[in-house]
Amino acid sequence: MTKLPRWADVVLVPLICLAIAFVFCGILIASIGQSPVVALTSMITGALGTQTGWGYTLFYATNFMLTGLGVSIAFHASLFNIGGEGQATLGGFGVAIACLFFPWPHWSMALLGSITLSALFGALWALIPAWLQAKRGSHIVITTMMFNFIAYALISYLLVNVLKPEGTMDPATARFDKAFNLPKLADIFGAVGIPFSKAPPANIMLFVALGLAFATWVLLWHTRLGYAIRAFGKQEKAAVYAGIGPVRITLYALLLSGGISGLMAVNAVQGGAHRLVLNSVEGAGFIGIAVALMGRNHPFGIVLASLLFGFLYQGGNQLALATDPVTGEQLKIPREVIIVLQALVILFTGALPYMVQRPLEKLFAKLKGAA
Amino acid sequence: MSLGTSSGRQATAAPFAIELRGISKSFGPVQANRDINIAVPKGTIHGIIGENGAGKSTLMSILYGFYKADAGTILINGTETAIPDSQSAIRAGIGMVFQHFKLVQNFTVLENIILGAEDGPLLNTSLARARKALTDLSREYDLDVDPDAVVEDLSVGHQQRVEILKALYRQADILILDEPTGVLTPEEADHLFRILGGLRDQGKTVILITHKLREIMETTDNVSVMRRGTMVGTVKTAETNPEQLAELMVGRKVLLQVDKDAANPGREVLRVEDLRVTTDGVERLKGVSFSIRAGEIVGIAGVAGNGQSELLEALGGIAEARGRIVMNGADLALKGLNGQSRREAGIAHVPEDRQVLGLIMDFAAWENVGFGYHNDPKYQKNAVLMDNAALRADTEAKMARFDVRPPIPTLAAKNFSGGNQQKIVVAREIERNPDLLLIGQPTRGVDIGAIEFIHKQIVALRDAGKAVLLVSVELDEIRSLSDRVLVMFDGQIMGERPPQTDERELGLLMAGMTEKS
Amino acid sequence: MDLIAILQILESTIRMSTPLLFACLAGLYSERAGVFDIGLEGKMLAAAFAGAAAAAVTGSALAGVLAGIGAALILAAVHGLASITFRGNQLISGVAINFFASGLTIVLGAAWFGQGGQTPALSEGRLAQTPILDLFGIDGHAHPVLELFLGHGILVYVALLAVPFTWWLLYRTRFGLRLRAVGENPAAVDTAGVSVVRLRYAAVGITAVLCGLAGVYMSMGLNTSFQREMTAGRGYIALAALIFAKWKPVPALWACLLFGFLDAISIRFQNIDLNGIGIPVVIPGQFTNALPFILTVIILAGFVGKAIPPRAGGEPYVKER
Repeated sequence: MTKLPRWADVVLVPLICLAIAFVFCGILIASIGQSPVVALTSMITGALGTQTGWGYTLFYATNFMLTGLGVSIAFHASLFNIGGEGQATLGGFGVAIACLFFPWPHWSMALLGSITLSALFGALWALIPAWLQAKRGSHIVITTMMFNFIAYALISYLLVNVLKPEGTMDPATARFDKAFNLPKLADIFGAVGIPFSKAPPANIMLFVALGLAFATWVLLWHTRLGYAIRAFGKQEKAAVYAGIGPVRITLYALLLSGGISGLMAVNAVQGGAHRLVLNSVEGAGFIGIAVALMGRNHPFGIVLASLLFGFLYQGGNQLALATDPVTGEQLKIPREVIIVLQALVILFTGALPYMVQRPLEKLFAKLKGAA
Repeated sequence: MSLGTSSGRQATAAPFAIELRGISKSFGPVQANRDINIAVPKGTIHGIIGENGAGKSTLMSILYGFYKADAGTILINGTETAIPDSQSAIRAGIGMVFQHFKLVQNFTVLENIILGAEDGPLLNTSLARARKALTDLSREYDLDVDPDAVVEDLSVGHQQRVEILKALYRQADILILDEPTGVLTPEEADHLFRILGGLRDQGKTVILITHKLREIMETTDNVSVMRRGTMVGTVKTAETNPEQLAELMVGRKVLLQVDKDAANPGREVLRVEDLRVTTDGVERLKGVSFSIRAGEIVGIAGVAGNGQSELLEALGGIAEARGRIVMNGADLALKGLNGQSRREAGIAHVPEDRQVLGLIMDFAAWENVGFGYHNDPKYQKNAVLMDNAALRADTEAKMARFDVRPPIPTLAAKNFSGGNQQKIVVAREIERNPDLLLIGQPTRGVDIGAIEFIHKQIVALRDAGKAVLLVSVELDEIRSLSDRVLVMFDGQIMGERPPQTDERELGLLMAGMTEKS
Repeated sequence: MDLIAILQILESTIRMSTPLLFACLAGLYSERAGVFDIGLEGKMLAAAFAGAAAAAVTGSALAGVLAGIGAALILAAVHGLASITFRGNQLISGVAINFFASGLTIVLGAAWFGQGGQTPALSEGRLAQTPILDLFGIDGHAHPVLELFLGHGILVYVALLAVPFTWWLLYRTRFGLRLRAVGENPAAVDTAGVSVVRLRYAAVGITAVLCGLAGVYMSMGLNTSFQREMTAGRGYIALAALIFAKWKPVPALWACLLFGFLDAISIRFQNIDLNGIGIPVVIPGQFTNALPFILTVIILAGFVGKAIPPRAGGEPYVKER
């Protein structure tokens, strides 16, 4: 139980955690003989310096927003769903079915179709762990983790043996019909007269994700189901007293969580790759955990945190291509620095919050005493 | 095995086994102990009595090295002793039997006894020695327990014996027991007191922490009374009486008499037939039948853990049951566990443990006022959205009517005092105007002022023609509020008595003894 | 399938089971002490990298083993800090440690060796492959049965001996009694005057040593270098095996042998064609890969004997008032 003022707990603590993670990565970069300053500036120019950079940043942010929202709904029910990766993988399968086997007359119909199927498949992949948790008490963390591996094996089998077009070696589906390509930010902004780079894959799903963030906020704090999910998450036994069925809420929370995580595939597969490849999720399911923790499980915080991680992800990609502005030499910083940063954010915000909170509490107590 | 040494030590030691001087301890802004002084003579049973939250357990935890006192000194056998941790307490000859036992459930008795007191890095020698010592101790103190039994298979009373044996095996000369009878049947409690008497006769010192006056009067040599973190006095038990102790405990004469007119019972509201509840494979409620009519308060008396909780939970839709529950003439479902359907049937429920069941401690007061009623149409804006503003307004009104302090609807439940938390729950449930109110331990951990207020509300509900089922372990509360008293023992109703029935007779029923036996 | 092929699969089973067994026993110590550890994978990976890197630089296998254990100990210290000292969420800490190891090994590997995260191939720094056969001058290829039992590196035998040792330690010693107690009811240990914190750190330390051995066996025994993500989910399979074995040492051996066998099968055969024995079914390799996880889910579901974890597992210990 923290005695910090609310603003400090909600804003200051995550920022301090982030700062510690940044400092650590800076030291890491310095220790391999590179300049942290150059690294940071090339990340910023690469991710935010151009429209293309921004476009990619927003594209990745959309992925993380969706998986982050997915993780957070389960978190509110005190369920740690680390299966976002597998649920998004299955969501990709749903997108592939929608885009390969249906003759949609218009991209908007294709979008509705793939949203429905990806959410359905994502939710379905959460259903068995959810049912096992609700009915048999099997630990959700372990089962969802197992289901990530099973999902990978399943998709690998489907791609190699079922979905792969004849005569290709690549474990991937055929390209989707071009007519199903989602409108990019360039198209959307262009329609209102704002020119925007056509290169990045950021698309209409950004707005769908933002809309979902708002819907999640409404769900959690303004509906009966959200009330029930939060009450169940805080005190399961009391929820039973109030007539909130644990089985029902566990299922709902995890189905919602899996469904939203599954939606991530619409952005990545239909909006980005235009075909289903083996590793379409690329860790976004796990980054969702960091985003949910960093965003304090609040949809607004999750939107901000996903932008941050979108920036880090795109900036990390750019690191591999960046050159030193002074010497012109290629930087030797692998993009995996970002994984380290992500790990540290999860560690400090999720597992070590007291380490930051306690000294802050003391500081605030002292300030209060002085005032 | 420890007797030779302890009696030898006794001959030369100071007269006091324990002396505390000026002990103070705060938890943040709460001062749990303030300048406590107490001296416990060797070879006596010393009672420490006080209301819940008076600071008894904190004081004993300091003595056992669980907490560090902010100020003050501890003298053991006349020598100043620092007790920074439990290890030091054990070395100083102090053994503690906690209210919630500290046993490893899937270990055997023997394994539990040697845990932390092993002879060496290998177990076989420790186990052999402990087996022998256990046999000796069992014989010496009438503490019969099977050394190879797994603890989770033992009854609560036997588990407590294991705790005492643990302390004796560690050569404790001073034994502290924190609320030891809360979970015991009267028979088990009597057995425990015989054991404690035996320990005293062998020269051990026993400290008994309780809030039950009867136990103090029957078993102790001296008694110290605590109130709100301070020690208000120590007296010889033989020179005092329950009335005086009660007055010392609460600081003024207790007015447990509730003003109420005679009941005017009407139609039957609830009928229960052969109700049974099984939890963890054990039948806890063994076929209970009774009925409650409109306009009467039926009190369930009994020692905690005799099926009252299960009865409340079955009626409140929390525990699955077998048998029949008929409410306003209609059968209620016994499976499917739904507190919601019971509310729709006109049953309101103030649960025994408000912090575990009745409130979501992290939720704001206004959210808690909707707890269990979040589907109520009055709190909905439309088919999708809840009307949080209506809920807040309702909370403000309830806070005013029930004098909840502070009257801030956005404050989290955990930040209210126990009495004010209970008022929020009672306000929520009583103001639904239910046909039947289930109310468990209505005043546990509640201050005197709030007790009177809550009692008045219960009586007012009855006078409005509603049925009330009251469960309490406080016999005084049952007798002063109820119109009829049912006594429960071992999952069954032993009999019905009018509330004026003499305390002794009720006590016998609570102990499972009918007139015949 | 001929006899030689069967012997080869069995030999491969032993080799593939060894890292699982180390990691599974590692998890056993931690979880029996009440500290959940889903960071076995990360500790293995870090140890595999540190071991191969140190062995490549020094040319000494011993230095590699020590470096591997050291790396695992550092990560375990972080996990201990998060889950014991600061009473944080043990599961989240484990997730973080896995990512940390995954990223850091690649970053450091790329920076130090410039081979895209791989370490240089070991020659003299590699763990001896057949020390026992070599000692007696036996040619393994000529004696396949002897090779099956004696043709393994020292760590294989260490892992196998760790099983009875762990059993003995858990059930026959003071340390084991206290370790089991602290995972079931830390309050009992605390009131008995034994430090919960110290016990749990000790358990987490043992976990690290065993994870270290699992990692170095992979990069210095099974392989000749570290490759990025080389543990490939084995830490999770070990965790699955631990659940499968219901947190008991001897069943852990069988679970790891079973999962190692599945691993060996899927290395040898892409798909298993049962037409040869008259069943018209081809089992895809992906199914064999997923089987450990599927089996564990079935066990977790409690349809085949319920797996009940240590009672105080996952909960940081806070003294009650």
